[in-house]
This record gives sequence, C-alpha cells and structure tokens, in this order.
Amino acid sequence: MKENKRNKYMNPYLAGFLMGILIILAYYFSGEGLGSSGGYRDIAFGTLNAIAPDYAQSNPFVSSHVGEGHNPTHTWLVYELLGVIFGAILSAAIFGRLKWSIGKAPHLTTKKRLYLALIGGILWGVGTQLGRGCTSGLVLSGIAVNSLSGYIGLVAIFGFGFIFAYIFKNIWLKTSK
Amino acid sequence: MIGPLYPQGLLNPEYNLLIGFLIGIGFGFLLEAAGFTNTRKLAGVFYGYDATVIKVFFTAAVTALLGLFIMHNMGIIDVTLTFYPKTFWIATLIGGAIMGLGFIIGGFCPGTSLSAAATGKIDAWVFIGGVMLGIFGFIFTYESLWEKLRGMGKMGKVDIAQWLGIREGIFIFLFVLLSVASFYVFQKWQDAWKNKLSKEDIDELGL
Repeated sequence: MKENKRNKYMNPYLAGFLMGILIILAYYFSGEGLGSSGGYRDIAFGTLNAIAPDYAQSNPFVSSHVGEGHNPTHTWLVYELLGVIFGAILSAAIFGRLKWSIGKAPHLTTKKRLYLALIGGILWGVGTQLGRGCTSGLVLSGIAVNSLSGYIGLVAIFGFGFIFAYIFKNIWLKTSK
Repeated sequence: MIGPLYPQGLLNPEYNLLIGFLIGIGFGFLLEAAGFTNTRKLAGVFYGYDATVIKVFFTAAVTALLGLFIMHNMGIIDVTLTFYPKTFWIATLIGGAIMGLGFIIGGFCPGTSLSAAATGKIDAWVFIGGVMLGIFGFIFTYESLWEKLRGMGKMGKVDIAQWLGIREGIFIFLFVLLSVASFYVFQKWQDAWKNKLSKEDIDELGL
C-alpha cells in the first residue's frame, strides 16, 4: 500500500519554532500578539452593530468598539483569522487531510460529540471574554512578553484542564467497566 | 527601524492588515501541519498519550520569549509599545477555569477550532457556533453578571519577573529549563501509553 501523508505531522519542535517566529513578526510589525478569541469577539461586535446599532452603542462591553469612526470587523485580528482559514486549508491540502469528518474518541457517539462540542464552545465564548483572551492571545502571546496575565491564564487553563480531564475522562478514554 | 512599526505610525493601516492576514496564513498552516485540528491530539496532552501540544506550544513560547527579549535589549523593538496585556488576575483565573472546562468538554480552543472547521471537521463548526453563542450570551448579560467580575484583581501591566522580584534573564532561563523538562516528562508519559493504545489510535494520532 502506498504510504499516505494523512497521519504525518510536522516535527513539533519545528512547528513550534516557526510559530514563535510568527509571534515575533506580529509584535515587530503590528505590535500585536497572535490571537483568536479577540477576532471572534470583533465579529460578534460587528454583527451586533449591523443588526442592532442602538443596542450595541448602549452596551458598555460593546460601545467602545462601535459607533462613529469605528469598524469593529476591520481589525488586525479578524484579518489574521481570515489568514488562519487559508493557511489551514493549504496545509490540509498538501497533507491530504481535506475531508469532512468528526473528531472524537471511537467509543463516543457522534451525537454526544456534537453536543459536547457545542457546550465546550459556549464555555470558551464566556471564558475568553471574562478572562481576556484564549490560549493564543492571552497565554502564548502573553508569555512572549513576560506578562503575568499570560502565566495566570496558562496555570488556569491547563491546571483546571487537568482537573476536569480527570473528572470527564470517559469523553476521551474508554474506561473499562 | 525600531519596532513595533504600526503603533508608531511607521506602517500604514492597509499594510498592517495585510501583514495580519499573512501571519494568519502561517499560523493556520502550522496549526494544521502540527496536528492541532485533530481533537484527540489536543485532548492527548491532558491524558498523556500525546505530547505534541506541549512540544509545539512551549517551543513557540520559548522562541518568541527569547527572540523578543534579545531584540528588546538590542534596541530593535520596544516591547512596551506593543499589545501588552494588563493583568486582572481574578477575572483571568476564573475565565481560565471556564476555558479549561471548555477544553475538556469541547476538545478545541478558538484558534484550533477555526483551523479544524476550515479543513472539514464538522464538530469544529459546532464548537465555533458555541463560541459565538457564548460571546453573545456574555454581551447580553454583561451588565447584570460580568461587568464587576471582569474588572476584579486589577494590577495593570505587570511583568512576571518584576512581580517575582527576580531578573528578567533569570526568569527566562528558568522558563526555558522548565519547558525542556516538560518535553522530557510528557515524552516519557507518551511512551508509557504506547503499549496501551490500539494500532488504529496510534495511526490516527500519527505517533
């Protein structure tokens, strides 16, 4: 059988090194760290502003990002996320991984996986807005500039992650009864 | 020119967004190429069967940290002019705990889910739907539930080395040591799993 590339991944240290270089470039040119949840938030602000501008301007969480002279979706992070989409497709095409699928542990049903993905997403939506960023913008980019905030995020996300991983281990591991 | 360029008006806004787009392409490419669109690889870090996330994440952190530290000290970039996150320790600690729960339940984080959705992972589309619902929920309940909490633990822009009372270089040295130690520990953990995983699992994870 011809060896397929589908399960071949880039050397993790090389991928990490190149990602680190991208962070340096992002800081050097734009003064920005790599981020993700900030772009999602900008898109939410833009959507809200398009549908209900009065509400958007009256909500204290949203108001400073909308209104006169502001275009909430015309931000560095939104353009960066557009790039992420292209980059991911490019890599998946090269490695032959572009196909519809659902990622889950084999013992979990598809229906359950999708419910859990939805709930997990909602938790991230709330957590990132409360905690001021996600694994990339808060933690990785925070660590890159020695910010205390990045380390608190690191300890909280991964520390609590390990605790919750133990509690919910039947999502990812087949626990024999 | 001393960076950061855009915040000092040395780069016009269109080019700045273009650079964001190009850097995003690289970021998305690397996330996919490293296997971060595979939710089981991501979850693997929490159970020890896959050390990839630890290796990629901490190599990226060490590279950026060392690079920016050297460039700052050589006067190539002034880090204080960049996006530098202010610390709100209580808000971030609680938000981080919610994210940690979301990671285990949902199997992604925002960046990895976008790469995964773009390459055809249906669960990632659902996850992103959840993120947007969560953000809208946060916005609509902001004044009644979150406004106070989000401002709690306010400390301003805090450098961790200064906060610990040690020199920046020493802190970075310790961080590099810890990262290397974590590569070793997580690799050992992954090796210990290898006999317990089925051949299909090992294939799928690309181990």
